Amino acid sequence: MNLDLGKYTAEVLLAYAGSLVLLVGIVWISVAQYRRAARDLSRAEKDAK
Amino acid sequence: MPEIGVRHETMSIWEYANPRKFTATATRLLPWVAWAAAILTIGGLIWGFAFTPNADRFESTVKIIYVHVPSALMAINAWLMMLAGSLIWLVRRHHVSALAARAAAPVGMVMTLIALWTGAVWGQPMWGTWWAWDPRLTSFLILFLFYLGYMALWAAIEDPDTAADLTSVLCLVGSVFALLSRYAVNFWNQGLHQGTSVPVATGGRSVADVYFLPLVACMVGFGLLFVALVLARTVTLIRTRRLAVIEMKAVRA
Repeated sequence: MNLDLGKYTAEVLLAYAGSLVLLVGIVWISVAQYRRAARDLSRAEKDAK
Repeated sequence: MPEIGVRHETMSIWEYANPRKFTATATRLLPWVAWAAAILTIGGLIWGFAFTPNADRFESTVKIIYVHVPSALMAINAWLMMLAGSLIWLVRRHHVSALAARAAAPVGMVMTLIALWTGAVWGQPMWGTWWAWDPRLTSFLILFLFYLGYMALWAAIEDPDTAADLTSVLCLVGSVFALLSRYAVNFWNQGLHQGTSVPVATGGRSVADVYFLPLVACMVGFGLLFVALVLARTVTLIRTRRLAVIEMKAVRA
């Protein structure tokens, strides 16, 4: 295991932190929209019957 | 010899132009693709970050490639996938293909942003600057602006067919920059950006063996993550459109 980032610790952590925030953000938003659309459509189809 | 009068059913990719068929297949595939993406992405990133040595010249900044290379790869491939969806829409008028292109845009935009961000953070210590008007960097910035423009155009036009037409044309124009982003380092040699890390076409590679496998794991992981997100987002758009139709019918009744 090598967690010694030496003199570039800040740069490496900054790169990973920014990327992970963006990745988790797009996954979070996509999953939330997916669930909301499924729930709303199921409710609307039930009401329409 | 086939029997006369018997219809032989063959599977065709165009069956997935049917929104119901696409939704059914996508929802069945989604958990598998999502889990594979999560395992490969998280595993590859941990492997690369914690279990590979620092490089002689780049020291620990070499670990940025595990995010930078896969995101840059997917930034370009996402646009090419949108191009395929747009062309299918323009030629065959399949709504699912236009919606898939729309679904891919925010994911591609995020990938482009990650590539630009990690490139800038890496460039500062290695090149002595956060940004340079290098051919690859500049074409990537323009690609990012095209993503924003594409998403804004979809949001700005109310009629979905008109929006799909105009965004498809924009996608065709933007493809020039997607291809330029990929081949800029080959066209112009004066840039700061180095060549491709894993040139698939030539079968070679410019990364050492110890970094190669975690990099491939991350590249496949990011690719699967993109597929999972596009499937989920396309199904969301199909459902949202279906919901709008039901609500419109209810209002008319």
